[in-house]
Amino acid sequence: MSFQEHGADALVIREEKGERAREDSRRRVEAGIRAGIPFAVAAAMVAISFGVVARPVMGTVAPIVMSAIVFAGSAQFAAVAVLAAGGSAVAAVVAGVLLNARYFPMGVALAASLRGGPLRRAAIGQAMIDASWAMASRGGGRFDPAFMVGATLPTYPCWVGGTAVGVLAGDVIGDPERLGLDVLFPAFFLGLLVGELRGGKLAVAAACLGAAIALALTPFTPAGVPIIAASAAALLGLAGNDNGRVDTETRG
Amino acid sequence: MSDVWTTVVVLTVATAVIRASGPVSVGGRELPRPLMRVIALVAASLLAALVMVETFAGGDDTLELDERALGVAAAGGVLLVRHDALLRAILVAAAVAALARAI
Repeated sequence: MSFQEHGADALVIREEKGERAREDSRRRVEAGIRAGIPFAVAAAMVAISFGVVARPVMGTVAPIVMSAIVFAGSAQFAAVAVLAAGGSAVAAVVAGVLLNARYFPMGVALAASLRGGPLRRAAIGQAMIDASWAMASRGGGRFDPAFMVGATLPTYPCWVGGTAVGVLAGDVIGDPERLGLDVLFPAFFLGLLVGELRGGKLAVAAACLGAAIALALTPFTPAGVPIIAASAAALLGLAGNDNGRVDTETRG
Repeated sequence: MSDVWTTVVVLTVATAVIRASGPVSVGGRELPRPLMRVIALVAASLLAALVMVETFAGGDDTLELDERALGVAAAGGVLLVRHDALLRAILVAAAVAALARAI
């Protein structure tokens, strides 16, 4: 509120155009926050199961710190699984890095929509999580970075807080799979995929190819590799043309 | 430093570097049209792969058909009726998977 009042005072001296752009980006952050709440709810529940699984392996403090500073679900689960199986720190980090490697193609996709210097772009990249990145997709390869940052905001406290609950109340909660918590993320990603498929026939083809690549590689490669490899399915875009539905049908 | 804390610290740095690498390396300029058409399909490809792996991948790099598939299929059913009922879809998915495991 006080920010808004201060903004109103400053309007007199400030260039109106810059003020309008700032107002617009604030509105997109707020829209992102609202859109990010359902995923934050799911993330809280998945984080509880992460806390439950991680505590016997990592103790009480490390899982919470990990959620606060790594902030990447699948990589955290993978690293803990390696440590639980008696693997070394190197093996755990490699597993986590492989699962996070998809953030490189995701970041390249996001990059064309980013403005500002390298530091600012690197900072916005830190707000990339699968759900908010996909929700910020506007078709035709465009993204709304302000919306993405907003969509990630509710998930952060839910992810860290959920981990703490899982660590501290693990004995009460028992086996997280008994509650079906392990299907929350795939079900959520399916919902986001449905939205992407409305981008046209090429999007459907890319999804089918990506799914096939991931399933085909899973038995033969370490976890994470099938997902990065599946991003190659996006090369189908080279077969399209600028008049195709994928390009013209924006803002779904 | 113990294996646990080494993992936490190194994975934190690595994750931050990976998340920054895309935006820093190609950010802030217009990309050629063909590349934009490829980028437009990255989300569909990655999301489909994530759904498959998180539904069918077992512990030791195997494919498994279990209660997860039932739950995700139930979510698909909800989304067929209302494509924006995300929260309802994930809650139904968890409930169906939990129920299938209970019986």
